[in-house]
Amino acid sequence: MRLTLHVWRQKSASDPGRMIQYEARNVNPDMSFLEMLDVVNEELTVKGEDPIAFDSDCREGICGMCGFVINGVAHGPRRGTTVCQLHMRKFKDGDVLYLEPWRARAFPVIKDLVVDRGAFDRVIAAGGYISVPAGSAPDGNAIQVPKQNADLAMDAAACIGCGACVAACPNASASLFTAAKITHLGVLPQGQPERADRAMRMVAQAAAEGFGSCTNIGECEAVCPKEIKLEVIARMNRDFIKAAWTNRGTSSATGGAG
Amino acid sequence: MELNSNLPTGPIESAWDRARFEMKLVNPANKRKYNIIVVGSGLAGASAAATLAELGYNIQCFCFQDSPRRAHSIAAQGGINAAKNYQNDGDSIFRLFYDTVKGGDFRSREANVYRLAQISVNIIDQCVAQGVPFAREYGGTLANRSFGGAQVSRTFYARGQTGQQLLLGAYQALERQVGAGQVKMLPRTEMLSLVLVEGKARGIVTRNLITGKIESYAADAVVLATGGYGNVYNLSTNARGSNCTAIWRAYKHGAAFANPCFTQIHPTCIPVSGEYQSKLTLMSESLRNDGRIWVPKTCGDKRPPVQIPEPERDYYLERRYPSFGNLVPRDVASRNAKAVCDEGRGVGETALGVYLDFSDAIQRLGASGIRERYGNLFDMYERITGEDPYKVPMRIYPAIHYTMGGLWVDYQLMSTIPGLFVAGEANFSDHGANRLGASALMQGLADGYFILPYTLGNYLASTKLDKVQTDYAEFRREEAEVAAMTKQLLAIKGKRTVASFHRELGKLLWDHCGMSRTAKGLQLAVTKIRELREEFWTNVDVLGRDNEMNQALEHAGRVADFLELAELIAIDALHRDESCGGHFREEYQTPDGEAQRDDEHYSYAAAWEFRGLDQPPELHKEPLQFEYVHPTQRSYK
Repeated sequence: MRLTLHVWRQKSASDPGRMIQYEARNVNPDMSFLEMLDVVNEELTVKGEDPIAFDSDCREGICGMCGFVINGVAHGPRRGTTVCQLHMRKFKDGDVLYLEPWRARAFPVIKDLVVDRGAFDRVIAAGGYISVPAGSAPDGNAIQVPKQNADLAMDAAACIGCGACVAACPNASASLFTAAKITHLGVLPQGQPERADRAMRMVAQAAAEGFGSCTNIGECEAVCPKEIKLEVIARMNRDFIKAAWTNRGTSSATGGAG
Repeated sequence: MELNSNLPTGPIESAWDRARFEMKLVNPANKRKYNIIVVGSGLAGASAAATLAELGYNIQCFCFQDSPRRAHSIAAQGGINAAKNYQNDGDSIFRLFYDTVKGGDFRSREANVYRLAQISVNIIDQCVAQGVPFAREYGGTLANRSFGGAQVSRTFYARGQTGQQLLLGAYQALERQVGAGQVKMLPRTEMLSLVLVEGKARGIVTRNLITGKIESYAADAVVLATGGYGNVYNLSTNARGSNCTAIWRAYKHGAAFANPCFTQIHPTCIPVSGEYQSKLTLMSESLRNDGRIWVPKTCGDKRPPVQIPEPERDYYLERRYPSFGNLVPRDVASRNAKAVCDEGRGVGETALGVYLDFSDAIQRLGASGIRERYGNLFDMYERITGEDPYKVPMRIYPAIHYTMGGLWVDYQLMSTIPGLFVAGEANFSDHGANRLGASALMQGLADGYFILPYTLGNYLASTKLDKVQTDYAEFRREEAEVAAMTKQLLAIKGKRTVASFHRELGKLLWDHCGMSRTAKGLQLAVTKIRELREEFWTNVDVLGRDNEMNQALEHAGRVADFLELAELIAIDALHRDESCGGHFREEYQTPDGEAQRDDEHYSYAAAWEFRGLDQPPELHKEPLQFEYVHPTQRSYK
């Protein structure tokens, strides 16, 4: 297979950046998308050209480090799949592909397809946890969780924090990401004591990072490699509104929820 | 160098209690006066950083990824062991201890393993309280499954994403401390050197991976939790970025490196498909609970699997090991897969593969039952291979997965450098010559949540530590060395890419120091590794500059270290004239092809001391004593 790639090249955060065209020859259908880029990079290196910078680590779809936009779709054409797990058999000989980094104010570009997603960590640090010092936990089976709730928590907890939801959202909202964590912890009995506060603080932090609000478009759900459901945003909004209404949250939050 | 393992004496059941009681404590008001560096943010690093911060210490935590949540612990699939005996099937702390010592082929320390088995129950409690969504029964209690090397169901799991959920639990605890200001997190920062002041570990030198800036950080103690070195083989189940640089550079500063040749080859990975391959993907060992492994009985049988009738299939694990069957430990399963492929009975295009067949289980449980247990793994298999494992058997082949070897540590998890602690896969402590499935997560979290918080405090309370500053000559010297190495890599401007060296090194090690090893092959490997290293330093081509994000430069530094470590692995494998666990020397096997240990001569941990690159490393032996589990020839028949 042979492909034409138009890749966003940007030297640093301050560089304006532009699309550059490359030819990918000898593409094997069994390659992953990133392996195809590895081969392009080796060829560039041999020619003395700066290889394309992109993030990746586990290359099995779980660490959440990889991700860019292929022809306008975050993580490319295959649903429920990160770019590292997207294989070239999904493309045709002669395809023309446009590769761009996640674009959002809260995710500044560092180089080429690499962006800074530190904002996600700060949203978690604002309340995406259950406060339990090591050593203070009761026996595991002392806290019983209905299977249905455990499954629901797991569905939401599957989020890998890749940022595709933000990249796909016309408002660059981090609602799916934020709500997935609020849902994961909020449906478990262990998560109840901090539930109201968590919603208030995480929503406030997401707004402070420059992520937009949710207008229920659903692009996030469509591109999410872990297929997190839009329903989690409804749960977040309910927790947020309830917390704001009953003034249960101890911290003051500005702006709305999703 | 003297190895003092500081093992507790007396009954093993109360050894850890006594050791804890004997430890000195740091009073709460004094804890905030101490600074601790934690390198790595996986299960061991994140749990250690979070727990130490909770106690009141000031923590600086480093990772090379863009967020601590990316650490490769996240990719662990199957589960975590704990001796809870919730299934009432005869499990106990002693049985987990026994299974782990036996599974490690009697090359681990009894006292360490016993402590690990004891702590395993606290880990589950801690993780449940944090909100880790473990699988549940309909009554709301925790569910378990069984794993290789055990005959009880003691593995807790969260679908096929147990590592992800445990890591996110530790990551959230860590981020809580970041929010509280107790931890300063430094992502995209790679440790490139260790700094010793008056013989103690007092800081690190790092490279900022965005700006390229070389910087120093000072502390009262340093924890390395940087994972294993499986990527020395290039193709492994590790993440692309996983590397040995932190532990290797600590080794070059005087930390002993123990049992480097104890590497684990995982039996159930997706086979290699081509030269471009960047990593190998594991299919969780838990699949062996329901999948049956087979190859055709006749060599060169190229019929599609569904057309091969039952009598013409060889379920070789069930045949050879009737009591453990498909659940034999990893080393045994891997060697058997290699043996049938060597006989010419391998399957798939490359003939380097065996079938893992779920048709019986699908008949028994229905496709939905299988989807419930392994859905994400089946999806992953389909994405990578383009084949539907609900319809055709998976093809699997062994791949490098875990490294039991690592920096030598005493019972307190301190290396031979005072103040340098090593946790998780980066140390050598608990798994001997072979790790059992679902034990890596257990060890990482035991070290981080429940061991280091005590032992590190004991070190700080019993050691006189003057304040050090990063403008000391010791820091300046290390900075200069790191900068010089970076400049040198960029200045070679040779003809070969970093990746091509990494591929060649990996192939060399896999061929001569992989699933089976011979003295002749290992000697050849040592020579070839040296030649390749020499070529690397004269012919590698690293583009770009040092003051920018430069991924080729990062890779080059890591490969430079792998090229040195590879030689030590081969030297260690060559010196150990026995077979044990993952280390299989063809010269030493029983008549029926099982590993033949030599307890009389090799019942020790081999700790290597760096003597300079042009000198052979010096071997120090830590003898192993077995009072509770008597060494026997492992039998899973």
